[in-house]
Amino acid sequence: MSTTAWIILVGAFLTFLTRIGGHLVLSRFERIHPRVEAGLNAVPAAVLTTLVAPSAMNGGVPEIAALATGVVVSLVAGGMMPMFLSSAAVLILLRHLTG
Amino acid sequence: MTADIAKENAHPRDLAQGLRDSVPVVVAAMPFGFLFGALAVENGLTAFEAVLMSATIFAGASQMVGIDLFGQKVAPWLIVLSILAVNFRHVLYSATTGRRIAHWGPVQRLLGFFLLVDPMFAEAERRGETHGTVTFGWYMGAALPLYVCWVVEAWLGALFGNLLPDPHALGIDFLLPIYFLGLVMSFRKRSFWLPVVLMSAVVSMIAYRTVGSPWHVSIGAVAGVALAATMAPGARTRKEES
Repeated sequence: MSTTAWIILVGAFLTFLTRIGGHLVLSRFERIHPRVEAGLNAVPAAVLTTLVAPSAMNGGVPEIAALATGVVVSLVAGGMMPMFLSSAAVLILLRHLTG
Repeated sequence: MTADIAKENAHPRDLAQGLRDSVPVVVAAMPFGFLFGALAVENGLTAFEAVLMSATIFAGASQMVGIDLFGQKVAPWLIVLSILAVNFRHVLYSATTGRRIAHWGPVQRLLGFFLLVDPMFAEAERRGETHGTVTFGWYMGAALPLYVCWVVEAWLGALFGNLLPDPHALGIDFLLPIYFLGLVMSFRKRSFWLPVVLMSAVVSMIAYRTVGSPWHVSIGAVAGVALAATMAPGARTRKEES
């Protein structure tokens, strides 16, 4: 097997460890402290924000306008698809105009 | 274990609902599946290695970082370490979603954790919020189409990557941030949502500029989670009870 394939398999094994690791650590405790509970409930918003923020920081006008559209549309309309489609439309349109 | 599976199979509606919930996720991830296969070949991987990577690692961002480093011929341990660094946030997913799937059998849980990527984590949290429990049937219905498509897309991207349109003009390179923003917005009813989002945004941007990518993800996430833990109001009263 190639070195590349070995690197991929070791990377896959470590990735799997991260995916079971948090549960293995937490399941050793019989009761979960309310602060830990509150922290865990914040995980989705916290992690997903870090996947968006640097893209916004590095983005130009089309990218920032697209994200702003997404925020407004999801506040007004709710739901994923209206937000996703309008945001992508603004992005493509402005990229063609400024492009 | 077999009894568990039989019990879960008694709810075919869950599986069907899971399949329906997987549609927007599969669509949003699709361009990146193809793009990964195409870029992998461009960076010197074979089609087999590209498919192997999608099938075993199954984590888009870390795969992109991985092939970028393969192309630069850096030391193997550094590539492995980078993949681990990008995927370290999964520790938090595992701890969070582990609470929702604790009633599954051991093999079911192993399979569930293997498939616990960003969108599956977010969808499972939303499902738990709206339905109270996350069943194995729903989870597999949502996760398996995503997995199968992801692997097939890597293969097709590797074979036909040169036919891909210009990703910039079509906005494909920015679809994932938009999708993730949509997920962030969908959690806005949770306690401390706004302070957590602001904290994670500011800290991740500072970390991105100072420490560098991919560590900004873990650093920004931990800052937001720590803020929520600090702000939790029930902490003191609950402690007095015990």
